[in-house]
Amino acid sequence: MTFLEAKTQRGGPLSPHLQVYNMFALTSFLSIVHRIFGGALFVGTLLFVYWIGSAAAGPNAYDSAMNFLGSWFGYLLIFGWSFALFYHMCNGIRHMIWDTGRMIDLPSIYKSGYVMVACAFGLTVVAWAIGLSV
Amino acid sequence: MAIMRSALGRARGLGSAKDGFHHWWIERLTAIALVPLTLWFATGVISVAGADYAAFAAWLGKPWNAGLMICFISAAFLHGKMGMEVIVEDYVSPRCLQLSVRILLNLMAFALGIFSIVSVLIVALGG
Repeated sequence: MTFLEAKTQRGGPLSPHLQVYNMFALTSFLSIVHRIFGGALFVGTLLFVYWIGSAAAGPNAYDSAMNFLGSWFGYLLIFGWSFALFYHMCNGIRHMIWDTGRMIDLPSIYKSGYVMVACAFGLTVVAWAIGLSV
Repeated sequence: MAIMRSALGRARGLGSAKDGFHHWWIERLTAIALVPLTLWFATGVISVAGADYAAFAAWLGKPWNAGLMICFISAAFLHGKMGMEVIVEDYVSPRCLQLSVRILLNLMAFALGIFSIVSVLIVALGG
């Protein structure tokens, strides 16, 4: 029984799951990562809520929050969140272009995929280079 | 661009999502808003990255910054909530579990979003 047949029998959602794809073609990989990063960004808003909430709680709470966020673990979380954010934003723009019916042929999709990944890495590097030098 | 829905589908305005393309459309609107807002957010956060409380409060206290921060929070939590709803619709079954997760997701997103906005106001208004 195939995966989709099993899902149909159970009456569950029929959306394609990761198992039915070659996950490591560029097209599918970038798409899967887009969704995973989207979910991670949503969970990662907890970090933002912690930051802004501690500011509202006052200078002492803000200082201790900044101590945590300034630790290596805090930096790791923020770095991950920032890369996911830039990736999701750049690939989101790619989706908006597709929504207008443009660049949906396979060569364009590969080309825009490489450009998008380069932009996401570029924005992350530039943001951290500026952030760490200030 | 050609209309991608059938005449009957348009008349009913429902489709497989049961509410037309409203959910999809709001997700795109918030996505469009989030492009400039994200770039502003990144530059803003970088500018106060190492700042102490007073400097941060002074930055967030500028009406322009407080306003944009609240726009960013609103768009981000709405967009995130809608994206998570699509993920839950796609991968969570059975139906009762899916509905429970969706309800939890909505309550969480609105609670965290409102908490964040109130926090911005407290700092900006010098609480």
